[in-house]
Amino acid sequence: MTSHRPADCSAHFGPAYGLAGAEGQPIRLGWSVFGEDNQPGPATSTSSTSFSLQNGRLGCFSLKFFNLVSEIQWPTFRPRLDLRVHFRLIMAPPWQSQRSSSPSQPAGKGEVADVKTQLRNLAGSRAPGVDDSKRELFKKVISYMTIGIDVSSVFGEMVMCSATSDIVLKKMCYLYVGNYAKVNPDLALLTINFLQRDCKDEDPMIRGLALRSLCSLRVTNLVEYLVGPLGAGLKDNNSYVRMIAVMGVLKLYHISASTCVDADFPTTLKHLLLNDQDTQVVANCLSALQEIWSLGGSASEEVSREREILLSKPVIYYLLNRIREFSEWAQCLVLELVAKYVPADPNEIFDVMNLLEDRLQHANGAVVLATTKVFLQLTLSMTDVHQQVYERIKAPLLTLVSSGSPEQSYAVLSHLHLLVMRAPFIFSSDYKHFYCQYNEPSYVKRLKLEMLTAVANESNTYEIVTELCEYAANVDIPIARESIRAVGKIALQQYDVNAIVDRLLQFLEMEKDYVTAEALVLVKDLLRKYPQWSQDCIAVVGNISSKNVQEPKAKAALIWMLGEYSQEMHDAPYILEGLIENWEDEHSAEVRLHLLTAVMKCFFKRPPETQKSLGAALAAGLADFHQDVHDRALFYYRLLQYKISVAEQVVNPPKQAVSVFADTQSSEIKDRIFDEFNSLSVVYQKPSYMFTYKEHRGPFEFSDEIGNVSIGTESADTVDPNRVEANDKDLLLSTSEKEETRGLNNSSSAYSAPSYDASSVSVPTSQLSGLVISNPSVSGNAPQSSFAIDDLLGLGLAVAPAPAPSPPPLKLNPKAVLDPTSFQQKWRQLPISLSQEYSMNPQGVAALTTPQALLRHMQGQAIHCIASGGQSPNFKFFFFAQKAEESSTFLVECVVNTSSAKAQIKIKADDQSATRPFSSVFQSALSKFGMP
Amino acid sequence: MISQFFLLSQRGDNIVFRDYRGEVPKGSAEIFFRKVKFWKEDGQEEAPPVFNVDGVNYFHVKVVGLLFVATTRANVSPSLVLELLQRIARVIKDYVGVLNEDSIRKNFVLVYELLDEVIDFGFVQTTSTELLKSYIFNEPIVLESARLSSIGPTGLFMQGTKRMPGTAVTKSVVANEPGGRKREEIFVDIIEKISVTFSSSGYILTSEIDGTIQMKSYLSGNPEIRLALNEDLGIGRGGGSGYDYRSSFGSGAVVLDDCNFHESVRLDNFEVDKTLTLVPPDGEFPVMNYRMTQEFKPPFRINALIEEAGAHKAEVILKIYAEFPSNITSNTVAVQMPLPKYTIRASFELEPGAVGQTTDFKDANKRLEWGLKKIVGGSEHTLRARLTFSPEVHGNITKESGPVSMTFTIPMYNSSRLQVKYLQIAKKSGTYNPYRWVRYVTLANSYVARI
Repeated sequence: MTSHRPADCSAHFGPAYGLAGAEGQPIRLGWSVFGEDNQPGPATSTSSTSFSLQNGRLGCFSLKFFNLVSEIQWPTFRPRLDLRVHFRLIMAPPWQSQRSSSPSQPAGKGEVADVKTQLRNLAGSRAPGVDDSKRELFKKVISYMTIGIDVSSVFGEMVMCSATSDIVLKKMCYLYVGNYAKVNPDLALLTINFLQRDCKDEDPMIRGLALRSLCSLRVTNLVEYLVGPLGAGLKDNNSYVRMIAVMGVLKLYHISASTCVDADFPTTLKHLLLNDQDTQVVANCLSALQEIWSLGGSASEEVSREREILLSKPVIYYLLNRIREFSEWAQCLVLELVAKYVPADPNEIFDVMNLLEDRLQHANGAVVLATTKVFLQLTLSMTDVHQQVYERIKAPLLTLVSSGSPEQSYAVLSHLHLLVMRAPFIFSSDYKHFYCQYNEPSYVKRLKLEMLTAVANESNTYEIVTELCEYAANVDIPIARESIRAVGKIALQQYDVNAIVDRLLQFLEMEKDYVTAEALVLVKDLLRKYPQWSQDCIAVVGNISSKNVQEPKAKAALIWMLGEYSQEMHDAPYILEGLIENWEDEHSAEVRLHLLTAVMKCFFKRPPETQKSLGAALAAGLADFHQDVHDRALFYYRLLQYKISVAEQVVNPPKQAVSVFADTQSSEIKDRIFDEFNSLSVVYQKPSYMFTYKEHRGPFEFSDEIGNVSIGTESADTVDPNRVEANDKDLLLSTSEKEETRGLNNSSSAYSAPSYDASSVSVPTSQLSGLVISNPSVSGNAPQSSFAIDDLLGLGLAVAPAPAPSPPPLKLNPKAVLDPTSFQQKWRQLPISLSQEYSMNPQGVAALTTPQALLRHMQGQAIHCIASGGQSPNFKFFFFAQKAEESSTFLVECVVNTSSAKAQIKIKADDQSATRPFSSVFQSALSKFGMP
Repeated sequence: MISQFFLLSQRGDNIVFRDYRGEVPKGSAEIFFRKVKFWKEDGQEEAPPVFNVDGVNYFHVKVVGLLFVATTRANVSPSLVLELLQRIARVIKDYVGVLNEDSIRKNFVLVYELLDEVIDFGFVQTTSTELLKSYIFNEPIVLESARLSSIGPTGLFMQGTKRMPGTAVTKSVVANEPGGRKREEIFVDIIEKISVTFSSSGYILTSEIDGTIQMKSYLSGNPEIRLALNEDLGIGRGGGSGYDYRSSFGSGAVVLDDCNFHESVRLDNFEVDKTLTLVPPDGEFPVMNYRMTQEFKPPFRINALIEEAGAHKAEVILKIYAEFPSNITSNTVAVQMPLPKYTIRASFELEPGAVGQTTDFKDANKRLEWGLKKIVGGSEHTLRARLTFSPEVHGNITKESGPVSMTFTIPMYNSSRLQVKYLQIAKKSGTYNPYRWVRYVTLANSYVARI
């Protein structure tokens, strides 16, 4: 990859700044498509349109970065999620009239009353120096306000005192009024007068301040007084006033959207956005319009048209051409918008990137990350260029990580972490940057450890593992543990584990209890993947006294190895015997479960030595108060009673080595986080729908309701176990891209279901690891393959089959068709006619490990799925169905929680009267799911 | 877009509280403080700068012990909010001169005034001290104590040569000096934080310099400034891998891995003569941040040894070599070394005639601490410590002790050899000759020797 970079690495820096271009000249292509590079003359990429990117400083870019682009398939469009439901948001800000004053602060009615009297005395006074006394009193009031003392009782006096020309006094008064108007709407009326007067003051500062306060009153019945001053403010010849007026429009929208729209303010903002000379006014228009449109659900078609205009070429180019005039914060705003822009062709993409190239050298990390997002989003469809973007942004991001405060560097590091996890091979030579420093906070070290694990490859593993081993003796024990786990993970992802196994075994000999504990767990996992190492490991493990191992996970691991390798470990039956004797003292159910299994396995291999312990273990297990332990003991007991050879087949069958351990996060989730680059999703490592309410997802976050779940159709792909080992390039693509690729393969439909790979199914390893091993093929798609597991989950035994449903009175059209857009529209228009919660039967829940199964099942019942998503334990589906004889449609939102075995159903119907019958059809269909 | 901003003291008291959007319940400051204080039960782990409690996202940065906090319900850019908080701290510092709880409490009305102009309805309007000047009417109340003592980076230069007026940088950008007249001066500080890890055999495993050129201008009329750096300065090295040490050490060329610049910096001539042109805005700001992994000579070498000395006893020998010129002095050097958990006592032996050195054994976290007030370039210092262990079983003492870490400040020294060759102020008048301070300092970031 490094070969893509020019030998002279200062190129990105060099000539670009050396040659000054004339103002207004169209930009030249530096990042260009291979082949066009040598064309003489100014390559005006956008000549076909009347818009071009102008660039003041950069005349000729000699960047050769993206020149080695070969075989690029240019998509004609980037698919975006089309299913959007817009919700009108009615949000009353919660407001408490009083805050409890903190105990350390002086509080008291006495002081407030005192201030009140003094203010009253000053109100009418015209004595010299009265303003100074007023200032002192005002300060006192505001300091009370800050520490939480309720000073709303002096409202009247404050307003009386505010008739002054002293701007400092005015400002304090405005601050006070803004804070208390909401709880004193009647008193707020008092302020309207003087605020309105101030809005016409000669001094633009006062006009602006008054307007800001007026709009901050947040009192619904006063909105009529806002319209006039706001309208004047938007037309004010002073940019400070306009800037405040624009924000005022947004405030008004929050108080009364209809007043705001009736006054046609959004239209004025649109005009200002494209015409105002002041960039902060423009920036505020952009913020305000985005927020207004993301809230405005009622006229949603109009709104989506407005959004499209905002993302149209003229607007985007207008903003891009002025980007350097904007403040750094406004630049972030513009860049965030540009990241959503869909350029018409690759040339345009390169134009935008060339223009923004120097933003990557900004000292403000927010600007750099916003630019990075633009680059990543724009190049999604061009794998090679996309990869080069990674190379390009590496250095700036690393610089940001090491400059600035620890907090800022953490925010950038989280994003770097995301990129490293996506494309570890690109960062494999930078591993030293991810070494932990002793004084870094744990949250930074944790990220770095994961990055080190990810970038380890054949060439750097030795050094990385050496470094990690240093951390194992770290004073920070949680980090020491994670370091050992990291060594283990590297061992599991490498082919040549020779050296690593030695290191792990050295950990076992370090005689630090937590090191031993972590190492034991790792050795166990290692043996599951590389059984060929058993000889070396067992020799060391055999020397560990079980008395020195106290942590349940470690103890369970040790016991598992004792059972699994009881043939090779001479003492195994006797160690197990000792452990069983102390059954009562063993507090962890996990350990007791493992003990049962291990002693069974040992029994099959060395019956005479184990028989006694087995009896004791089963007896203790049957008497155990823990349900799982009891059940497992009972199960083993009956198995043994039935036939010992069958018991052996069940408990200790021949094993296959585990090839890949389940990933904790599904790739779908990861893609979603990537699509939300430069947001909190990256820091939390969760998509936004998991931690925000939809109204707060920020402007232009289209992922409402249906958008949250990926578009799916009946044409569910079969699960491909190899998906887990998707090639590296694939990892660079985001959801939309993958969907597109698959869409091409699947000509029957423009949309296709994302294949639900087995890795996303979290196998409940904690309790069952011993048994999962005994059947490594168990994963979500084969729940019935091992009845042992079903048994222990308590699923297959005591549940009586659900009563057969009565024949449905409603006939559904099995070939119903509905496209996603119409679904979205209908969903928006129709009211909910039924909302219900069903209990699902356990078989259904178990079968849900592959949601596709439910889709197929429901389709068999003439109920079609249009979208599905989520992850265990919450799954969400959108279904639709049509009556057989007429075109009346039913829409269903179904949220299944597998841990509570509940399904929440919302039904919307064209024909409300048919809701009940449909509901029973739906319920019966659902209840049959998972039944043989 | 943020919902609230507040400033908490170390004890969790509200010093400033501003609600911009009324979306987050009012108890947020208490919720936040409790969460930060008790992030993990054992109190060992620091709370991350960003976390979510009941759908509210809390951002915080710590500046001189104060907590600058923002809340929001929206899924915003974490970088933007954290950067903003840092910038708010800087703007306040520009106004009140020195940032601490006292100065903010004295000036809280001014701080509210600033906050109203910096943020409107949760959206950032401006953080430029320069632009804010025209909107701000409160006069800062400058603390008397601030003129005398100062904390933070300004203190770093004080022990250097006498002509370094450390206190000058703590003056407010708007307040007038007691004498009435404003002094025309400009400060350019080259601050380098170095990270070095030595292996147990004394080899350098990793090394990095994170530098920043910081400027604070008190020049009237905003003249243009030209800042010339080393002529042979190179930027970007070795393509993808930043760690292939070239044999450039000693050859003279300074090669940075990467750097970034403040908005106001123009790089028109940077390629040609390595000069940065800028019109410095008021207030303190970083002109340029840079990062360098090119090999450099570490200012200190550390030699650490621990060996058994009889039953339940061991001896530690720590040696420090100052490898910088003898006309330079390093200040406030502290050396720390974690000792095995079963250490119960330590007795120390300093070299004969040692002045200004302290030793301590912290029993709570089993750590050896060695403080040196001053280290003159070229000198060498040794500490011997005799450890007594508890009689219980213990493992490998080498594996259970260390690594040795060191913190220090070296004024008027920089490891990267990046230099400001000249600082030109463009102004017509011939008599105009403001004070120009160019100062260097090297700090230890993570300076570690393994055992």
